[in-house]
Amino acid sequence: MNSKILNIVIGGEAGQGLVTIGELLAKTLVECGYEIVVTQSYQSRVRGGHNTFTIRTSNKKLVAPQEAIDLLIALNEETVQLHRNELSEKSFIVTDSSVKVDEIPCLAVPYGDLTSSRYENVAALGVVTYLLGLDKTVPSEVLHRKFGKKGAEVMAENRKALDSAYQWTSNELSRADEETLNFLKLPPIQRQSPRLILNGNEALALGALSAGVKFCSFYPMTPATSIAVTINQYAAKMGVIVEQAEDEIAAINMAMGASFVGAPSLVTTSGGGFALMTEGVSLSGMTETPVVIMVGQRPGPATGLPTRTEQADLELVLYSGHGEFPRAVFAPGSVEECFDIARSAFELAERYQGPVFVLTDQFLADSHRAVAPFKVEELARVQPGTDPSQVESPYRRYAITENGVSPRILPGFSKHLVVADSDEHEEDGHLTEDLSVRVQMVDKRMKKLDGLTSEVIPPSYEGDENPDLLLVCWGTTHGSVLEAATRLNSDGIKVSSLHFAQVWPLVADHFIGYLKDAKQVVSIESNVTGQFARLIQRETGFQIPKKILRYDGLPITPEYILGELKV
Amino acid sequence: MSTLEDFGRYEAAWCPGCGNFPILKAVKKALVESNLSPHQLLFVSGIGQAAKTPHYLNANVFNGLHGRAVPVATGAKLSNPELTVIVESGDGCNYGEGGNHFLAAIRRNINVTMLVHNNQVYGLTKGQASPTSQKGFVTKAQPGGVLSEPFSPLAVAVAMRAGFVARSFSGYEEHITDMVKQAIAHEGFALVDIVHPCVSFNKVNTFTWYKERCEKLPDDYDPTDWQAAMKTAITWGDKIPIGLIYKNEQPPYEENFAVLKKGPLVKQDVDREALKDILMRYL
Repeated sequence: MNSKILNIVIGGEAGQGLVTIGELLAKTLVECGYEIVVTQSYQSRVRGGHNTFTIRTSNKKLVAPQEAIDLLIALNEETVQLHRNELSEKSFIVTDSSVKVDEIPCLAVPYGDLTSSRYENVAALGVVTYLLGLDKTVPSEVLHRKFGKKGAEVMAENRKALDSAYQWTSNELSRADEETLNFLKLPPIQRQSPRLILNGNEALALGALSAGVKFCSFYPMTPATSIAVTINQYAAKMGVIVEQAEDEIAAINMAMGASFVGAPSLVTTSGGGFALMTEGVSLSGMTETPVVIMVGQRPGPATGLPTRTEQADLELVLYSGHGEFPRAVFAPGSVEECFDIARSAFELAERYQGPVFVLTDQFLADSHRAVAPFKVEELARVQPGTDPSQVESPYRRYAITENGVSPRILPGFSKHLVVADSDEHEEDGHLTEDLSVRVQMVDKRMKKLDGLTSEVIPPSYEGDENPDLLLVCWGTTHGSVLEAATRLNSDGIKVSSLHFAQVWPLVADHFIGYLKDAKQVVSIESNVTGQFARLIQRETGFQIPKKILRYDGLPITPEYILGELKV
Repeated sequence: MSTLEDFGRYEAAWCPGCGNFPILKAVKKALVESNLSPHQLLFVSGIGQAAKTPHYLNANVFNGLHGRAVPVATGAKLSNPELTVIVESGDGCNYGEGGNHFLAAIRRNINVTMLVHNNQVYGLTKGQASPTSQKGFVTKAQPGGVLSEPFSPLAVAVAMRAGFVARSFSGYEEHITDMVKQAIAHEGFALVDIVHPCVSFNKVNTFTWYKERCEKLPDDYDPTDWQAAMKTAITWGDKIPIGLIYKNEQPPYEENFAVLKKGPLVKQDVDREALKDILMRYL
């Protein structure tokens, strides 16, 4: 079976319903059996402006976004003008018949004649269903699932819009030239067993729920808000409390209180909000209170570009909080990894009693993919605290142990009294200025870094053992790096990739060999200073000679990497 | 039944004559009279001389960051409503650094008791102005005197129709015990502002200064009369009223969460079947 990839961009103003079309089309494609990678680009406004919902689709496995547009569904004239230069050679535009398009192959759809304005989104879905050669019954099922509950009348109107647009397109294109039409037709495919469509943030939320998150506090901030909102949607059902705090400082301190009494706790935020939380991070380190902090990155400094993407808060997270204490930092590279890593984060936070971070960004937060359903019935939840009957009296919250981890009693469930202190403290939790105790306590806390280090997820390596070129990346850029490597390999260049889904602690033995054995090493990250490459150098002494960096607010794509490699 | 002995005896690192001593004593007595045992209690404090108080009694304690006791207490109460949660810190911690949390706690009406040791000065950092320092109060950090108007915690709390608003004075131990007992019994947010001298850094608002001014509210005072309470709350000067100034019975915040009717969150399992259903929504 030939592989074919199409990049479909739906563009228009905020409020025109482009996300609705996008989601319906994404569901239709997945239901038919195709793969998708969604990229959402939007402005920090509720109405107007220019937004896009991009679906890259294929009959073969797909892991990365694409910039060149094959099919542009333009909901207004501005969309055509703005994306003219991104159109691929054979690209095709679908617009409303009122929009003027010169020189580019265009299907001008008289939406107004085909349906009422309320159902124009569905009509657009009908047009695309025909153009891509999809089974018409599939979008109909998708519509039924989405709108079926709204009653027979609404469903009938939806079906009518879908059918009439499909029929109109079929008639209109009956005499169109074969080559144009074939360019957009997706190869036929077998329907697969049902798959979930999730974006990164939804996968983080569901992973957290499966791990047993019980308390989530947050202050709204794009692009992290939807993690807390998704958990809140299921809070009553899953026995979780989600609290919108008065500010980020309150959010992390609430999580401290919740976690201290046993609730596995989560805070979600973005760079600016996280900056406010950093004293709380230090508090988690000192009081040895578990907390998972999910940071959805966006370009800074300050308010920056609120709705765009970047990976520039690695150093902020890595060094956040005054003083020294151990931490772990994860950076998932796919939607599946978001789910798994959310779980690992809760397990580690509980096991090592401190802050654990998950770094994501706007690109992955909003990027929908099709994933096989997680087998949640087989997954264990975090078990907070130690059995109080196993602990001798008087209880010492910070008892010195071999691995630095002290038995954690949850207050209120036994006669043991639990004392936690942000001051330096004795084993019993009460504050001290005994400087020898100070040293013992620092050593005890830092000992936990050994445990965290022993559980590090090694970076994933793909490709030839002795490549001409090794591409090094972390977090959300993984898919684009994989695809760039594949494309270069098919051109006859030996290219491998090394992806870090955990960026702290780093274990040099896991990867230094790969760096040394490659003829050339290039690091790829979405920031201006190459923060991760610098971290590798600090930890291993290995200086990555070439860096591909992107900081225009858009995700790193395979095309971007290939273009930069040529320079 | 608990006794005073259950709450222990510790050597406190306060100056001799500090107002914190009688407050600590009175609070312990209130706990005994409220029939609470140490393990049922969670004291949350911030940073300051007053915030050390929980170290000098037996209870579960989370001594967190300056200004952040209230959100910690809120998270704890929302996760285990069976604990009696008491915030104990000073005026700088609760009204200055933690000002936004103070307002939010009143709005939420979280069932937490907030004991504020209010001596109108920063003790731990050696004598700078606090949010309640009177205008013109001279310190090393404010050599020309305090320029801002003092914060009036009780007026703000009453204006926001907080659940329970009281003032007491370290010179009247029994009065403190009575106010704290009532505050703990109150279902919802309860503020007890306890004025007291700082023998080292406040030479203006001394024990005698307070003693001459603090006056118990009359027996026929009606704390449910909001307008009268507003008048009482803004009274500060030659006369400082002490007692339960305002009371407004409203359901506490926790009652909004059905999940808490099933007890502490940590004891509730993850419902795998429910989670499976949730995943199916993404098909």
